[in-house]
Amino acid sequence: MSTVAEAPAGSEKQAIPGRFGAYGGRYVPETLMAALEELEEAYAAAQLDPGFHAELDELLAHYAGRPTPLFYAKRMSEQLGGARIYLKREDLLHTGAHKINNCIGQGLLARRMGKRRIIAETGAGQHGVATATVCALFGMDCVIYMGEEDMRRQELNVYRMRLLGAEVRGVSSGQKTLKDAINEAMRDWVTNVRTTHYLLGSVLGAHPYPTMVRDFHRCISKEARRQMLEREGRLPSAVVACVGGGSNAIGAFYEFLPDENVRLIGVEAGGRGSGPGEHAARFLAAGGGSPGVLQGTYSYVLQDEGGQIVPTHSVSAGLDYPSIGPEHAALHDAGRAEYVSCPDADALRATVALSRTEGIIPALETAHAVAEAMRIAPGMSTDDILLINLSGRGDKDLGILTRELKLEGASGKHADTL
Amino acid sequence: MPIRFKEKPGIVAYLTAGDPDLSATYAIALAAIDAGADVVELGVPFSDPVADGPVIQRASERAVGRGTRLADVLQLAGRLREARPEAGLVLFSYLNPVLQFSRGKGFDRFCGTAAKAGVDGVLLTDMIAEEAGPYLRSMRAHALAPVFLAAPTSPDARLQKIGEVSGGFVYAISRVGITGAQPSMTGDAEQLVSRLRRYTDLPIAVGFGISRAEHVLEIGRFADAAVVGSALVSIIEASSREIAPAAIGRFIEGLRSPALARS
Repeated sequence: MSTVAEAPAGSEKQAIPGRFGAYGGRYVPETLMAALEELEEAYAAAQLDPGFHAELDELLAHYAGRPTPLFYAKRMSEQLGGARIYLKREDLLHTGAHKINNCIGQGLLARRMGKRRIIAETGAGQHGVATATVCALFGMDCVIYMGEEDMRRQELNVYRMRLLGAEVRGVSSGQKTLKDAINEAMRDWVTNVRTTHYLLGSVLGAHPYPTMVRDFHRCISKEARRQMLEREGRLPSAVVACVGGGSNAIGAFYEFLPDENVRLIGVEAGGRGSGPGEHAARFLAAGGGSPGVLQGTYSYVLQDEGGQIVPTHSVSAGLDYPSIGPEHAALHDAGRAEYVSCPDADALRATVALSRTEGIIPALETAHAVAEAMRIAPGMSTDDILLINLSGRGDKDLGILTRELKLEGASGKHADTL
Repeated sequence: MPIRFKEKPGIVAYLTAGDPDLSATYAIALAAIDAGADVVELGVPFSDPVADGPVIQRASERAVGRGTRLADVLQLAGRLREARPEAGLVLFSYLNPVLQFSRGKGFDRFCGTAAKAGVDGVLLTDMIAEEAGPYLRSMRAHALAPVFLAAPTSPDARLQKIGEVSGGFVYAISRVGITGAQPSMTGDAEQLVSRLRRYTDLPIAVGFGISRAEHVLEIGRFADAAVVGSALVSIIEASSREIAPAAIGRFIEGLRSPALARS
C-alpha cells in the first residue's frame, strides 16, 4: 500500500487513469495544476476526435516514417547460436529515435490548446532534437533545457537543435544532466504556464504525462505485434528495451501486456558499479531505488535515507535519470515486466557487435538492450524469438565512442565478429 | 498554539533551515521573531527544489551539502518552540523528505514528531489538495494545520477545494512563477485573495517576490500577512553568521515601518 495516496480509489472515475497501482499521481506546485487539468482535458477531447487521429497518423506515416520495419538480425542470431533476434527499427524514424512519435502528438495538442511556445528537457538530445523538429514544422517557439554535462557529451545534437531554430539553454545546477534539465523546464513552465506547453519527453512527471506519452508510443508495439504475427505466425518469447524514463520501453511493451507468455525485459543503466552515484538502476536489488516522489510523480527513486535524490551515472546521457516512469514501477511490482541492468562496458561492446554483424550503429542507450539480448540469446532455443526495440541510432554518440573505444584492432574481416 | 497574525499585515519569515548551519538558523529565527515576525517558516532543504528560484536553490544546496535532514529541522523547531512559546512555527518542505521520514507508516511518524516538537503547521510545496487524503488525516490526528498554496492560475473550483482542506492560513502565490524577490508586484495577488475570500475564513498570506516595505504595505490593504523568503535568504547568503541575526532583525523591522528602514 502506498504511503502517499489511497490509490487507486477515485481514479476509476477519471477519463484517463492517473495511477498505475500505487504509483503515478500528481505532485506539483499548485501553479501548474490548471495547466495539467487543461492538458488532460485537451488530450481526452483529442482522443475522441477522428480529425486529431487522422492528422497524427498522416504525420507519423509521411513525416516520421511509420510503420518502421521489423528486421531479422540473421548474422547476430546465428553467431550467438540461440534465439532468433528481431529488431524493431525505431532508429529509422525521422530524427533518429522513437522520440518523434510523442513530439508530433504533443505538438498537435499544443496547437489545439493555442499554445505557441514549447519548452522541453533533453538528456541525450534526441528528445530535444525531435521537439525542435516539430516546432520548426509547426512554426512554434522552442526552448530546450539541457544539462551542461549533457551538452558536452552530445555536442552534435546541440548543434542540430540550434540548426532547427531552437534556443538551447544550458543548465548548470546539480549534476548538470537530465534531472536538472527537468527542474529548470518545470521552473520555466511555472513562470510561463499561460502561454507555454511543456513537451515532456518521457513517461514521467505528473498525470497526464505518463499516460499520454505512453499512448503516443503505443504504435511501436502495435506494429511490432502485427509484424511479428505476419512474419513468424507467432509472438516473440521476449521483448527487450532500454529504460531511462521508460518511454521506448513502455511503447514496446504495452500491446504485449495481455500476452502473458511474452516476457518483457527492461534494461537499466548499470554504469560502472552498484555503489551510490555509479549507476542509474532504480530496480537494482541492492543499491537501487525505493518509492518516492520526484518531479511530479510517485515511483522508484534513487535517494538517500533522508529523501534527497542521489547522483547517477551512465555512459549514455539518456539513461542516467534517478527515477523511472510510474507505470514501470507498477509492472515491476506486479512482476509483469522484469528489469535488469547492463554495465557501461557491455553497452559499448554491444554497440560494436551490432555495428559489425548487422551494419546498424545503435544509440548507446539502445545498446543496453542489445547487450542484454546478446547475454540471454545463447541460452534460449532457436525456436525462441527475441525482439529488441532498437529505439535510436548511434550517430549522436560518435564523440563518446571515439573517446571510449579504440578501434585500431578492426581487421576489415566480417566472418566472425562477436 | 494556533497561528495568529497580531498586526495587519502579519509577517511570515521563511528561512532555509541549515543555511549556513542549524545553529545559525536558530539564532536568525529568534531574531526574526523578536523583530516582529508572527510566523517562522522553516524550509526543509531538498536536492530538487522545482518551485524555487536561484536564491533558495543555492541555500537549499548549501544546507543539503552540510547534511541537513528533516529530523534535524524538527529538532530545531523543538528548540525554537521552547525559546519562543508564542511564535507561529510552520514547516515548509517538498514532499519526498517527509515521505521518507515516515517510510512505511503513512504520515504519522512525521506528524507525530512535528506536533511533539511544537510545530503549528506544515506546507508541502508539491502536495495538492486532491492527493492529500492520507496526509490530511495524519495532520488532523495530530492537530497540525495543513497550509496549502493557492495560485493566480487556480480556477475557482480549485480554490474552493483548497479552502476546504486548509488550516492555519492559506498561502496565496502573488504571481505565476518561482520564488524570488521582484521590484514590483502584479495585480494577480489582490484578485486571487478576493477570489479566495469566497471560499475560506482563514487568514490569507501573500508570498513570492515580497522584499520591500511598500510591498508589505500594499498587501496589508487586501490580505492578512506577507511572506518574505528569498529576500531574507539573500541577506543570510551575503552576511557572516555573526551579523546575520541582527541584519535579519533590522530588515524585518524595516518591512513593518518604512521610515525606520530608511533612517
